[in-house]
Amino acid sequence: MSTDAGTRSTTTTPGRVGYGRVGDSARRPDGTLKVTGEFAYASDLWHDEMVWGVTLRSPHPHARIRRIDITEALTVPGVTAVLTADDVPGDNAFGLEHADQPVLASEFVRYEGEPVALVAADHPETARRAAKRVRVDYEVLPAVTDARRAMDPGAPAVHRPGNLVRHLRLRRGGEAPTAPVVVSLDFEVGMQDQAFLGPESGLAVPAEDGGIDLYVATQWLHVDQRQICLALGMPPEKVRLTLAGVGGAFGGREDLSVHVHACLLALRTGKPVKMSYGREESFFGHVHRHPATMTYEFGAQRDGSLLYAKARLLFDGGAYASSTAAVVGNGGTLGLGPYRIPSVAVDAYGVFTNNPPCGAMRGFGCVQAAFAHEALMDELADAVGVDRVAIRQLNGMREGDLNITGQVIDSAAPVGELLQIVSELPLPPERGAHPDLRSLPGAVNNTTHGEGVVRGIGYAVTYKNVGFSEGFDDYSTARVRLEMTGGEAVATVHTAGAEVGQGLITVEQQICRTELGVERVVVHPKDTTVGSAGSTSASRQTYVTGGAVKAACEAVRAAVLDRAAGVLRRSAAELRLDGEKIAGPSGELLAGLADVLGDDAVEETVEWRHRPTHAIDPETGQGEAHVQFAFSAHRAVVDVDVELGLVKVVALDTAQDVGTAINPDAVVGQIHGGSAQGMGLALMEEIIVTDGHVRNPSFTDYLIPTILDMPPMQVTVVEYADPHAPYGVRGVGEPPTISSGPAVAAAVRAAVGKPLRRVPIRPEHITGT
Amino acid sequence: MRITTTVNGTEREVDDVWAGESLLYVLRERLGLPGAKNACEQGECGSCTVYLDGEPVCACLVAAGQANGRQVTTVEGLAEGERLHPVQEAFLETGAVQCGFCTPGLVVAAHDLLQRVSRPSDLEIREALAGNLCRCTGYEKILDAVRLAADRQAQG
Repeated sequence: MSTDAGTRSTTTTPGRVGYGRVGDSARRPDGTLKVTGEFAYASDLWHDEMVWGVTLRSPHPHARIRRIDITEALTVPGVTAVLTADDVPGDNAFGLEHADQPVLASEFVRYEGEPVALVAADHPETARRAAKRVRVDYEVLPAVTDARRAMDPGAPAVHRPGNLVRHLRLRRGGEAPTAPVVVSLDFEVGMQDQAFLGPESGLAVPAEDGGIDLYVATQWLHVDQRQICLALGMPPEKVRLTLAGVGGAFGGREDLSVHVHACLLALRTGKPVKMSYGREESFFGHVHRHPATMTYEFGAQRDGSLLYAKARLLFDGGAYASSTAAVVGNGGTLGLGPYRIPSVAVDAYGVFTNNPPCGAMRGFGCVQAAFAHEALMDELADAVGVDRVAIRQLNGMREGDLNITGQVIDSAAPVGELLQIVSELPLPPERGAHPDLRSLPGAVNNTTHGEGVVRGIGYAVTYKNVGFSEGFDDYSTARVRLEMTGGEAVATVHTAGAEVGQGLITVEQQICRTELGVERVVVHPKDTTVGSAGSTSASRQTYVTGGAVKAACEAVRAAVLDRAAGVLRRSAAELRLDGEKIAGPSGELLAGLADVLGDDAVEETVEWRHRPTHAIDPETGQGEAHVQFAFSAHRAVVDVDVELGLVKVVALDTAQDVGTAINPDAVVGQIHGGSAQGMGLALMEEIIVTDGHVRNPSFTDYLIPTILDMPPMQVTVVEYADPHAPYGVRGVGEPPTISSGPAVAAAVRAAVGKPLRRVPIRPEHITGT
Repeated sequence: MRITTTVNGTEREVDDVWAGESLLYVLRERLGLPGAKNACEQGECGSCTVYLDGEPVCACLVAAGQANGRQVTTVEGLAEGERLHPVQEAFLETGAVQCGFCTPGLVVAAHDLLQRVSRPSDLEIREALAGNLCRCTGYEKILDAVRLAADRQAQG
């Protein structure tokens, strides 16, 4: 059993800057290229003789394809290829968990925007115009576009045998007892978009060996490679992937986008093919966060202690499975929040509809549930007359507790402490008599000078699993080489772990510097010539790929010391490697690294795994499903113009346990950005889908927070090292996205005095008009 | 059509430009200057911000032909050789860069702000940068970067 052995540091200022080792706020190695505009993102790639690929997509949410006529498109000058499902040489099916999605639709289209045909041409506009001349004869079919109707008898079947993707049934602690206090609610969460700024892009280059080299922005090169190989009917050695510069991901790059399409066009034309979506196409080109409808009930003692919880969660998976089953897994196993609850009954469902496919987005199933359990916790607090922070502290998990799947929380669970911290942070000043317009709801629209503006404060605390769960073989591979170059010790670290902006490459360098004592660490391009690193998802890369890099460094160190032991005729156990020196037991210099290595390089490759997780029981949902839990709390302060329904978030403060901060500045950056995305879902971000059609696929109509929308944030980083994890790290990226939105929603409810059981909260919800 | 424009101080001639192309497309695909980014191509995100005759514009909203005979400065033109502009340096130092896709546009927008206002207040910074979307940082460290660059600029 672990202890809370870590130290708590309150960092609101830039972190430690040192030599770039673990614990330092080392700078990004790609930073200079990014500020000068020279960093090569996927959409910047260019090749001699390159042609452009575009995708023709279905205008219908559900239709049968009777016929596709490409004749006219082929006659457009400049067009080099037009492809349809008939041109897919391998399996015309891909998918992260189930290969149920066609590379190009053949018989049916199941959502608006489904790819139907591809065109390559010498100019992107030529390709777009030619695509419009592909004639597709559709027979429009009835569509199921309401997830609540998807399992009705007689609902159109999106796939055979039916529309249920997964039902997670969880029962614990026997029948719910009679409780003196019962509160319940229904809650609905809209469809959120990852809205990464760098559009889906890739460059496929046909190779002389008949294979293909693909440079693409993604989150997991090897899972892409597996799917591309099946679609192309090629072995992995012929399908080589390299990570191109990634402009954000947030889950939206877990599924394939341009990958197979660009390869198909390149193999057909024999030319390098670039594909790059515009913003509108991007909204159709990746999965979104599942919309959810939820029903929750808490039973409690009169003092507010929870006796039971019941929850029913329904996730709209859209037209293809993607990662819906795993999202249901998270929503079901974590969807009651970080609370101790004796009796639990949860049913979580994911269903197929003819809506846009939904899958991974930061927070993955926990985000939706958090809005419901936190709103209900406020309801319970009010029902029993207990303060909203205190009710959470009363019921909050502690280390050693069992969660609702019966798993021991075997490292820090500082729920009460995180809430205490955020509740004690300084509050923003009250509005003055003559506030600056820019600080008010409505801002320079000049809709109020303070009249009708009411302030509200809201709290939320949530938790999230780190890493892949439910028995998944979640590993990473790292190759580390140490050699003398130009008289200097240089380490090269090679993993396939996708750098999407979060700073994995910085962390890889920091670990190498720490373990090997070198200053110069080269990060090898991310590609498939090294083993899989797993996905840049689930807040897992610092933990898992960080663990792999650490292990590979340890193997390199051991190999160097073995060689040194031979040279020095001493036992390796009494030697130490410190940069360019081999030292003895009391630190005395025994040899230089150059003396031991000469012109050789020492290279080790390690596949590293965290502790195994296990499948849950299909009847009860019980089991050790997760490897680590990460906790965070937020306090939001809002000003609401209650007459117009406009909201200004005045403060958004947070405390989060990060285990050990490998790079304190980067940790705070993750918390800032994650908080913004949660706030966006609470107040403004929704893909509006009516009858299966997306109504707002642009940044004009799909709003993400601007710098004017974001308030100042006070961030308290708490470090309780997890004794089971390398360096004690705990995943960082997702928790802030989970707890920020519910805190904002709670603050708006507090200001407005209405239940507000749907997010994003729109002005008309506040005004009731 | 042929377009002649001065980009980062050098006169450039571009042939065979299709009339529908934007300045952004010409910079990125014909002049080898991909620093201005293609995040929305509808003037909402500011990632393609460049100077046109000294005024910051979204290059995606400028028809290539409109740049004919005019001066364009892109993010690639801000550093002096190896020496970064203080705004660029401040973005690095404060950790204002994550994925970095918004960074070129924000660097140009912040550069423009600090040319106009030497010591902007936080509200002035927020207003000036409100046309530049960032999805990674929550903007806190971008504010830090602009404050730091302003401080350095004020100290000469």
